[in-house]
Amino acid sequence: MSNEELTERVRGIIAATQHVAKEKIAADSTFQELGIDSLDGINILFAVESEFNINIPDDAAQNIRSVRDVVDGIAKLIDAGQGGAAAVRA
Amino acid sequence: MQRRVVVTGIGVISAVGHNWCEFWRALREGRSGIGPLEAVDRALLRFQNGAEVRNYIPANHFDEKEIGLLDRFAQFGVVAAREAVSNARIDWTPELREETAIVTGSCVGGQTTEDEGFVNLYRNNIPRVNPLTIPRTMENAAASRISLELGVVGPTYTVSTACSSSNHALGQAFWMVRSGAARMAIAGGSEAVFSLGFLKAWEAMRVVSPDTCRPFSRDRRGLILGEGAAMLVLEPLESAVARGATIYGEIAGFGMSSDAYHITQPSPDGAARAIRGALADGALQPEDIDYINAHGTGTVANDATETVAIRKVFGAHAGRLAVSSTKSMHGHTLGAAGAIEAVATLLALRDGVLPPTVNYNEADPACDLDVVPNVSRRASIEFALSNSFAFGGLNAVIAFRRG
Repeated sequence: MSNEELTERVRGIIAATQHVAKEKIAADSTFQELGIDSLDGINILFAVESEFNINIPDDAAQNIRSVRDVVDGIAKLIDAGQGGAAAVRA
Repeated sequence: MQRRVVVTGIGVISAVGHNWCEFWRALREGRSGIGPLEAVDRALLRFQNGAEVRNYIPANHFDEKEIGLLDRFAQFGVVAAREAVSNARIDWTPELREETAIVTGSCVGGQTTEDEGFVNLYRNNIPRVNPLTIPRTMENAAASRISLELGVVGPTYTVSTACSSSNHALGQAFWMVRSGAARMAIAGGSEAVFSLGFLKAWEAMRVVSPDTCRPFSRDRRGLILGEGAAMLVLEPLESAVARGATIYGEIAGFGMSSDAYHITQPSPDGAARAIRGALADGALQPEDIDYINAHGTGTVANDATETVAIRKVFGAHAGRLAVSSTKSMHGHTLGAAGAIEAVATLLALRDGVLPPTVNYNEADPACDLDVVPNVSRRASIEFALSNSFAFGGLNAVIAFRRG
């Protein structure tokens, strides 16, 4: 899966979780800009984990503060072999 | 007329002791009850440790029929209440039974029972759920059982305000006895948190430590869940003295507040208002307080926010206060936390020993208080506070005085 595809899916997940239009979420938005607080953040990670069938460790989760951080984090876990079919589903 | 209210009975069951003597010895010695979880399959969890009540054998306390009726959380509540009532040596009369209140706290009640029932229903395709699930699960199960057992027929109820539950319960009981609405009260809280479904929900919150609980330490990584119960017997000073009861200490004030800020993030303003409320209720000045048994969960957010709240209320005196979190030893017992920590605070006053914050490694500039690191300390103290701050922004603080 390309980085663009991954970013698109992450934008979609954040839009759905936050109940906002996907257009409002840019690839380089920070959580702070989007008004995403700590509870919203763990809710987004929960949705990401479910969507990609991955497990994001707590330590990594603490450093995720932007759309880019989410995308990079997922890519790293998929590269490490997590996710299986769910991770490549378009 | 306002009565002075004293504690004449205490009972505890926790990860560091099955009665108050064992519990207090462990706290004085700085012994932690945190260890690898045994109640659930750890392979299914990211975090591995908890503060479990080990070697607890229900049959040592209850017959088989009672065990069928009582979830682990309710059993803990009853065991603690029996100990408290027994060492209060109450001479029950029909009138006293009518005028005694029971107020308990629990955050999640019998969710272990609920979890088991739903596993059968959803996973094992067993279409029937045990009819005792409802009476076992209800948050007031412990209060009701204590009432039945003792024949206490006065006001009996349960407060559920997450991690503040049993401080709210104790505060309500304290006010009832102080005002004369009740002649005596049995109050506290109990909790049994170790079922897989509930632990998975905590895992998803990402606030549970992967190793241990290190309150106020710079390298703290979250809370550690605990289970157990504590119950206290409260009565007016006058009647306690008249009947020659052992007095463990006095409850001097109670304050509560709501943050109205965020459902999970703490607010220093809300916490500070509850602390000020407890001081005002007890006609105390900030300088009167020598020790605070902190909420001190070991999360990054709580400990820093609690420090700010304490500094707000106590100003320069915050630097002279001792503040420790005994959750580092008995874990965060949610709805039982206030009651367990009330016992720790009362015994600290009684014995002039401040229980430590164990597992403490490194000072954090955001938690720049004297946290009694790792080793208990002798200190003759007169007044102390016990803080509870809950998810949902609900705060309850109790002020205690040496008996």
